[in-house]
Amino acid sequence: MTLRFSRTILAATAAFGLSAMALHAEMANDELNINGDLPITVKAPAAEHLKGHLDEVYSGWLFRSDETRAMEQDDFDNPIMIFAEQGMETWDKVDGTAGKSCADCHGAIEEGMKGVRATMPKVNSKGELWSMEDYINDCRTNRMGAEAWGWDSGPMHNMTVAITVQSRGMPVNVKIDGEAAPFWEKGKEIYYTRYGQLELSCASCHEENYGNFIRADHLSQGQINAFPTYRLKNAGVVSIQNRFKGCVRDTRAETFAVGSPEFHDLELYVASRGMGLDIEGGGVRP
Amino acid sequence: MKRHVAWACLAATFAASAATAEIAPMDVKFTDTGAVTESLTGQPGDSTKGAEVAATKSMGNCVACHVVSALDAPFQGNVGPELNGAADRWDEAQLRGIVVNAKHTFEGTVMPAMYKTGPFVRPGDAYTGKAAPADLPPILTAQQVEDVVAFLMTLKEE
Ligand code: HEC
Ligand code: HEC
Repeated sequence: MTLRFSRTILAATAAFGLSAMALHAEMANDELNINGDLPITVKAPAAEHLKGHLDEVYSGWLFRSDETRAMEQDDFDNPIMIFAEQGMETWDKVDGTAGKSCADCHGAIEEGMKGVRATMPKVNSKGELWSMEDYINDCRTNRMGAEAWGWDSGPMHNMTVAITVQSRGMPVNVKIDGEAAPFWEKGKEIYYTRYGQLELSCASCHEENYGNFIRADHLSQGQINAFPTYRLKNAGVVSIQNRFKGCVRDTRAETFAVGSPEFHDLELYVASRGMGLDIEGGGVRP
Repeated sequence: MKRHVAWACLAATFAASAATAEIAPMDVKFTDTGAVTESLTGQPGDSTKGAEVAATKSMGNCVACHVVSALDAPFQGNVGPELNGAADRWDEAQLRGIVVNAKHTFEGTVMPAMYKTGPFVRPGDAYTGKAAPADLPPILTAQQVEDVVAFLMTLKEE
């Protein structure tokens, strides 16, 4: 019993020393300023609700290599901007039986969608927690008479990216109290649940071990302020919930589906852990 | 003909009893420090095979979280402590306990249990993201655990 206790303390202090060292040695000391005129807060004091868990919050951008970080500094080098442009074209295009485009109801995307990403996901008028994908499909099916897009389809990726870039540089601003509170609480429970045969929670990797390496991967805090992101590995856009799916799968667990209630709750909770950071989507990741 | 059948039966019984000599995941006994004193198979571990298990992603993948200088594997992680000199710090029984299920040695550790079949929350079928089969195997076989322990016992610095 005493052996177990002292060994644990020893290992804990050793691990602590290591992660603190790794943090200073490995996390980039860099500032994100897109195109030289759009400063993004990538480091901030943690929100009140993270007391005892995190002191500071960091964008995943700080954990990436010099080359990957540089791609996000300039829209000409950021591959996700091609998807954003396609989304903006679709914005103005008429689709569906009602003969309307997004622009017909919302005006120019730069005006109509400013700040929207920063508040997502949020509770709708029917009391359901909706992500940006749900709002887009609601407009398409109920207002335009058009077909819903698949969560991870090309047109959905393009549109979510196009809408997201209108909030770049604005602070994450999700509502977690009132009607949102029960969803947030469930999301928090999911965040700390140790799933799968590896028995790992989101916190095991992104709270206890950010700054450390798991094989070649430099663990970040798993923030979603840079989403949707462009992943160099698969040369395509990755949605928030698709990233969650990959992380849960990597614990040798049965994942939740994109669009599931669980991932909606988790999205709200993870978004709230990024309060203080600015929206930087679409980010670039390896 | 009859003789052949008899021999086959005998061989089968023998194989079965050899298999039952292996300790199943749910039957492993831990001491109160988290050690496992009894070999899982009764067969000595093979440290060369153990090194392969430790370095290979589809097997133990210990290098995902640990630096082990004796292994020729790139990008060794640092989520856990370095394993260099592990045999100076721990005896064989304690090392076996750590590999079987490190949570008996380090309460709440992130290190996954290598010889456990449940209960888990939403267990999956390896890395497919699909639900686990009813007879989900442990991550390592009993002999692979013994092989890794034999390998860890070679990690001496003093
Ligand atoms: C086995 C370790 C592990 C677990 C458990 C894990 N992740 Fe991850 N996650 C990673 C790795 C590795 C990456 C890629 C590097 C990085 O950004 O940390 C990553 C990346 C992410 C990213 C992208 C961050 C960015 O800026 O690009 C998000 C978001 C994320 N994880 C959320 C989660 C959530 C939510 C959970 C729980 C459902 C979770 N992760 C569980 C290992 C893990
Ligand atoms: C997901 C991460 C992870 C994986 C994979 C992992 N370990 Fe660990 N291991 C840890 C952590 C963290 C500790 C420190 C214990 C604690 O939590 O305090 C540890 C501790 C140990 C220790 C004690 C080290 C010491 O000297 O104090 C040994 C031995 C060990 N692990 C062996 C292994 C072996 C062998 C494998 C593969 C079969 C393995 N580990 C896989 C995370 C991991």
